[in-house]
Amino acid sequence: MSGIVSYGSYIPYYRIKPEEIARIWGDEPERMKKNLFILSKSVPSPDEDVASISVEAARNALKRKDINPEEIGAIYVGSESHPYAVKPTATIVAAAIGMPLEYFAADYEFACKAGTAGMQNVKAMVDSNYIKYGFAIGSDTSQGAPGDALEYTASAGGTAMLIGKDNVIAEINDTLSVSTDTPDFWRREGEPYPKHGERFTGEPGYFKHVIAASKAIMERNDMKNSDYDYAVFHQPNGKFPTRAAKILGFTEEQYKTGLLTPYIGNTYSGSMMTGLSAVLDESKPGDRILAVSFGSGAGSDAFDITVTDKMKDYKRDNAPTVKKLIEKVKFIDYGMYTKFRKIIITGDSVE
Amino acid sequence: MLNNVYIIGAGETKFGELWDKSLRNLAVEAGLKAIENAGVYSKDIDAIYGANGLAGTINEQENIGALIADFSGLSNEGIPALRVEASTASGAAAVREAYLSIKSGEYDLVVVGGVEKMTDIHGSSILEKMSSILDREWEAFFGATPAAMAALIARKYMNDFNVEKEALSMFSVNDHLNASKNPDAQYRNKLTLEQAMGATPIADPLNMMDCSPISDGAAAIVLASENFVKKNKKEGVKILSSAVAEDYLSVGSRESIYTLNSAKLAAEKAFKKAGIKRDDISFLEVHDSFSIYGLLELEDLGFAEKGKAKNMVYDDIKLNGRLPVNPSGGLKAKGDPYGAVGIGQVVDAYKQLMEKAGEGQIKNARYALLHNMAGTGASSIVHILGE
Amino acid sequence: MTELSRIWRETEYRYNLIGFKCNNCGRSYFPPRDICPYCHRESIGKMEKVKFSGNGEILSYTTVHDAPPAFKRQVPYTLALVKLDEGPVITAQIVDCDPDEVNTGKKVHMVFRKIREDGTNGVIEYGYKFRLN
Repeated sequence: MSGIVSYGSYIPYYRIKPEEIARIWGDEPERMKKNLFILSKSVPSPDEDVASISVEAARNALKRKDINPEEIGAIYVGSESHPYAVKPTATIVAAAIGMPLEYFAADYEFACKAGTAGMQNVKAMVDSNYIKYGFAIGSDTSQGAPGDALEYTASAGGTAMLIGKDNVIAEINDTLSVSTDTPDFWRREGEPYPKHGERFTGEPGYFKHVIAASKAIMERNDMKNSDYDYAVFHQPNGKFPTRAAKILGFTEEQYKTGLLTPYIGNTYSGSMMTGLSAVLDESKPGDRILAVSFGSGAGSDAFDITVTDKMKDYKRDNAPTVKKLIEKVKFIDYGMYTKFRKIIITGDSVE
Repeated sequence: MLNNVYIIGAGETKFGELWDKSLRNLAVEAGLKAIENAGVYSKDIDAIYGANGLAGTINEQENIGALIADFSGLSNEGIPALRVEASTASGAAAVREAYLSIKSGEYDLVVVGGVEKMTDIHGSSILEKMSSILDREWEAFFGATPAAMAALIARKYMNDFNVEKEALSMFSVNDHLNASKNPDAQYRNKLTLEQAMGATPIADPLNMMDCSPISDGAAAIVLASENFVKKNKKEGVKILSSAVAEDYLSVGSRESIYTLNSAKLAAEKAFKKAGIKRDDISFLEVHDSFSIYGLLELEDLGFAEKGKAKNMVYDDIKLNGRLPVNPSGGLKAKGDPYGAVGIGQVVDAYKQLMEKAGEGQIKNARYALLHNMAGTGASSIVHILGE
Repeated sequence: MTELSRIWRETEYRYNLIGFKCNNCGRSYFPPRDICPYCHRESIGKMEKVKFSGNGEILSYTTVHDAPPAFKRQVPYTLALVKLDEGPVITAQIVDCDPDEVNTGKKVHMVFRKIREDGTNGVIEYGYKFRLN
């Protein structure tokens, strides 16, 4: 069966704390921390973007499994902050990992679930023998308007999943999607920041889709919540996935490994995939994982995954684990944050 | 055929931020001064060599040779005028080309002018242009500036030879002291060691007082054949030798990052041709666009052992020291208008050797060694003057 | 506007730290060069593209405070001469560390970063930088 052959993540080095954002906008820091369950979020440095993050994630995946790039037949990068509106991130990543001329490539966009949509697509191409291996990457340097609640969580990071049939360390037993036309969150063409329906993003958006997709995949595979060792969900903040897990009857033991938002913020397209990466970092053969993403607008992709025996020989330590990636960080203040995020503009015309 | 070459006249503009003067104003001013000083006329001029480093990028003006000839009023005569470019060593390169043209017997009288107009670009944009003297694709592209490359060299040098920052700063202190006696210098203020050590950081360990300024300026000299000098009863300073050598363009490619191999090779050649020894040299003008280069040049030109130039910077290099260095004020204090630097060095040395250097005059100055360098040491041109 | 072809033709070298090896004497070179400065004519046709490991150590370093506009947002940044394990010494930025963590002899590895941007509507140029191990 097809599944994950290798995986790699990347999270920038810089962090900002909610206290610092609250200080600027006159919010109560403790209330924001509690309401959003956020302790810090990652900030991309001025020389980082979705292309550089995706390359680092993909290179980390290739460090763990020595796959000849010539055998990688597809690459899809899901993001809502691609560096170019027109010109693919996927080809930049492919060039940086040495992929040959003949491969399938595209950039995906489905709010925060574009990366997992890529996983489904690559899996389908592997299953239909179009390609031997393919990369699906979810990565973002997400935008949150200054002063908006999103600013506390919108962060940067990404994860690359190499999918194939040979050397599978985690089989993807099943995947499905649910989708509706729901205006919970959007960004119009040319606009720098997304808009959202505040509390409307919860029930009709996040919870409706995450729960429907989770229930559907469990039902289709005759699984119940207690059959899983791990459950990982899209995590726009620390609170939503915790509540979703509880509604579905998962225990803290099952969801805590994949819950990263409190430490790194919401990496949007990288969110659930990086949570899954953290789970794979610790998983052992036989472990069963439920992984469910969510993208506004709206939809959820659910995955039922089983870790294989191949995980034993897999060289996880050849690349930094998610734990390692959040170990060495540097906290910056809001002024530095605005400089990094180009919220303040400089007087120079070319930069 | 032996045909000695003499400098029979020299002139320069003030070096500095010359807001009211254009590229062509500067070139013409220096040229006229040199011609007047030499007492020659347009009918005498066989050719003009114009030195310039960055007019193409800074002023978006090429065809510098024609521009100089035209605005010097020499277009009707059709006098040959070509530009010589060797980055920051363009000046000495033009001197050398003119020297060779007379040596070959082709010309008897040549005017050599160097000009740079750098202040017409404001803010940090000038740094991007100045960084074109490095390897643009593999150094400057990645955020290197001339100061940063000098700093990388300085750090390793200081580390390997146990050289304190003070030794570098002393080089700048000496430049400023000398420049205080040079009316054409950009900075005539005396610099204390404390000021030199505590200036604004530019690229650690180098600070602003380790870096040459951004300058406008022009300098010109008149070179003549032995024939011309005898026939017209001119006085002058002889060019004993001219030598040039190259090194790798990027610092990282060099065998030793703190050895200016181009300076070493050019000096060896120049001494061999001049037939004099290092002990005969009365003073040096070296290309200290950054203080670290001053120390490296003392070593690689053969006046100190590697790592030992620090012993010279307190006393030896002073105007009244054992081996005066940069009596003009050097690039740090006299100024660093790229293409004019190498010719400015000749102007100053000419004055010294003719005993017309005024307040900064070195006693019994007989021989001068001038070193003009391109980029971080990619090219070095050495001239030895005297008699 | 930056010349597109000029950026594009260097992409493989800058993305993947690809240099050249002289198969006459065995020396490795970066930046790429067509002729070996030791073997001269003997090296013609024997210069082979090689992908360097991206591992090396810091030979020298500086903190740049005065930078061209393209790097203004990163000031102060660390620039270093990095000696690659394969031999060549290259000029590159060291990222994700405080200036006082950097020292000569420290081991570094290559990372992929944005190097320059041609304004807000031009192309983005990527390439290598280094990070402390």
